[in-house]
Amino acid sequence: MTEPVLVATGLGRRFGGLVAVDDVTLALTPQSVHAVIGPNGAGKSTLINLLSGDLSPSTGTIRLGALDITRWPSHRIAQHGVARSFQHTNVFAAFSTFENCRLAAQSHHRNFNRWFRPAERYADWNAAAEAALAIVGLAGRSGIAAAALSHGERRALEIAMALATHPAVLLLDEPLAGMGPEESKHIVALLERLAGDHAILLVEHDMDAVFALADRLTVMVNGRILASGPPEAIRANADVQRAYLGTEAVSAL
Amino acid sequence: MKRSLLPWLILAAILLLLFPAVAEKFYLQLVTKIMILSIFALSLDLLVGYTGLVSLGHAAYFGIAAYTYALVSPAADPANVWLTLPLALAASAAAALLVGALVLRTSGVYFIMVTLAFAQMAYYFFHDTRIAGGSDGIYVNTRPDALVPGVDLANDLHFYYFVLAALAVVFALLAIILRSPFGRALQGIKANEHRMRALGFATLRYKLAAFVLAGTIAGLAGYLAAAKEGYVNPEMMAWHQSGTVLMMLILGGMGTLLGAVLGAFSYVLLQEWFSALTKHWQLLMGVFIVAAVLLLPQGLIGLHQLRMKPRLPRAEDERD
Repeated sequence: MTEPVLVATGLGRRFGGLVAVDDVTLALTPQSVHAVIGPNGAGKSTLINLLSGDLSPSTGTIRLGALDITRWPSHRIAQHGVARSFQHTNVFAAFSTFENCRLAAQSHHRNFNRWFRPAERYADWNAAAEAALAIVGLAGRSGIAAAALSHGERRALEIAMALATHPAVLLLDEPLAGMGPEESKHIVALLERLAGDHAILLVEHDMDAVFALADRLTVMVNGRILASGPPEAIRANADVQRAYLGTEAVSAL
Repeated sequence: MKRSLLPWLILAAILLLLFPAVAEKFYLQLVTKIMILSIFALSLDLLVGYTGLVSLGHAAYFGIAAYTYALVSPAADPANVWLTLPLALAASAAAALLVGALVLRTSGVYFIMVTLAFAQMAYYFFHDTRIAGGSDGIYVNTRPDALVPGVDLANDLHFYYFVLAALAVVFALLAIILRSPFGRALQGIKANEHRMRALGFATLRYKLAAFVLAGTIAGLAGYLAAAKEGYVNPEMMAWHQSGTVLMMLILGGMGTLLGAVLGAFSYVLLQEWFSALTKHWQLLMGVFIVAAVLLLPQGLIGLHQLRMKPRLPRAEDERD
């Protein structure tokens, strides 16, 4: 078993009286997909926001390798190789597809003090952007404004932007949301390939995709972990079947 | 800058270069004033149009440089440009750094209010103290000296070209910076700051740098305005001044450099024209600006794109 790269211990976040995430402990290991499932409002997106630094935890710690990143701001966590995608497509709509990825690549190089040379002349950044677009299958769409892409293409662009930063960890918030079966198949195949060299946290409602991809599954209900383990164990877990999957989903398994 | 505006830019540059050959003294001075305001509008465009920071206190940095120039100028002799200009710019930059470090922690309408509050503090500092003539302001009896043989800034023609050169330098500098990685990051912050942070950009640093750069360029405009008029008073940093330059930007079109210059020219020329028609010129100006905003949401510069649009589907606007 390889060493975990990102470890959350006893993670919690409350908003006033509401406990959105409560005592969540999980570890992400390289070259594996850790899926988090649960009903709406279970705290899955909040969990991603905590791990990415968009929210700071009320309790618990987050470690990235040997670093304690619990209180780090999101940009610093991103700089250390943790990239995320958003549940609601969050790209620069007015910029070209290429520029979205070029900007992402730029973010991980010294760029604050570069004020004079045109941005397009940095060949490394262009190459990283082109490579990321090629991986997700958007190479032919690089000149088009992100706003003009189809929904599925924008979801793919989200992932490409994350990849352009060469992350070690990917936090993916419902990458398949709103996609048709064909597009889903394409993204699942993409995630399968990405799992080869990334530690992936996958929040997803599409159970076919989750069981196809996940090496490990965590089920969250009301902010807490109900069960966590290999997919087969979760599938067989009576608590999970009762509390979350429901009769309909059980028959689907 | 969009490539398609280049012919207009070249045309504008040629017209400004040749203008003194045909202009009477009054119009020469008027266009000098407008070019100074163009520099001021360009500096605000960097904040509002490119970084998404709507400042309602930008006149503070305009005024601080002007006061610095007035205070360090010798009583009778002309000031040395190469000494007083850097000093004035440094004063504006320092003020922008100080204020920016505080106000950039807020956003949206709070940012607007806090920038306004700091500008009003600067206004009342000079209005209510005796440091530089209080509310009466302070005179600078001579134009500064550039110490270049054959150049006499006291000569309106020479001063015109001095201001034109400053405008050209600012325009080119901003055009270059906006294409650079730093400038692209600013535009990303305007579009979606949250996404920029998630990508790994420490956005506060970028915004602060933009705020200081904008304050410094506003300072250049303030210095030139003080040198031109030979007079500085607190009204230079009053909130109407901040509001006026913001209106120039809205009128001309923010987010384009040429739009900022166009805004300064149209605002001042309309003001001249309307005030010749009636003493209630502000009423006409108000109606004009409301109409312009309704009909041309991108400002007067939008007239150019309006003509282009039917031929270009929107999605391809960004295609290079």
